[in-house]
Amino acid sequence: MNTNKVKITFFSRSANEAFARGAVAAFVAPLDPTVAELSDIKTAVSEAVTNCIVHAYPDTVGQIELTAEVQENQKLILTISDKGVGIENIERAMQPMFTTGSPEERAGLGFAVMKSFMDEVKVRSKPQKGTKVTMVKYIRSR
Amino acid sequence: MTADVEFMVAGEVLTAALSGEIDHHTAATLREKVDEQIDRRMPKRLILDFSGVGFMDSSGVGLILGRSKRMQATGGEVSVRGVSEQVGKMLRLANIKG
Repeated sequence: MNTNKVKITFFSRSANEAFARGAVAAFVAPLDPTVAELSDIKTAVSEAVTNCIVHAYPDTVGQIELTAEVQENQKLILTISDKGVGIENIERAMQPMFTTGSPEERAGLGFAVMKSFMDEVKVRSKPQKGTKVTMVKYIRSR
Repeated sequence: MTADVEFMVAGEVLTAALSGEIDHHTAATLREKVDEQIDRRMPKRLILDFSGVGFMDSSGVGLILGRSKRMQATGGEVSVRGVSEQVGKMLRLANIKG
């Protein structure tokens, strides 16, 4: 398959969580991923976008930018960026079960899921500037 | 995408049959509906049935943990049923036994 890339910008509204993972699923479809691979990708996107909505823009609606790129060797690169409040301590934020949201309803698993379900995850953030999450998944040839 | 929940009552057991896609957006409504039933029926046991769930991110884990705390507060318990491979992977990550 030829290399390809898309960029989507959308509001940080929770209704767009399903849109974002659906859009990425449609982009990835020509790579012929397995059901498990597709599920992993959709889940990781959902977690990253939810983080933007819940944590980056807690009291406002902001812009989220999502890029999806496929390179040689079935390498999928996803980025999810916001211009929200940023993360002060990335290492702590990536600890499983850590959350600044309501501990009753937020499991604090977002980054743990991304790390577990994708092959590579990188997080760059600056307080009051925003956060960029880059995730890589190699789609196995069938 | 939407999610829904249907309830069945048998004695002191309340079963919540979840369906659709569970994410941060849909979990809020599901949570309200399940909590309303817990408050009204005061069951000893809540079964969360995921048979009809086609997608779930970690918001589903929050849904389970939140309901578990509510049930434990009144001496009740929560169990999980109908877990697909995808949902099971999420539950294993959260150390929840399906």
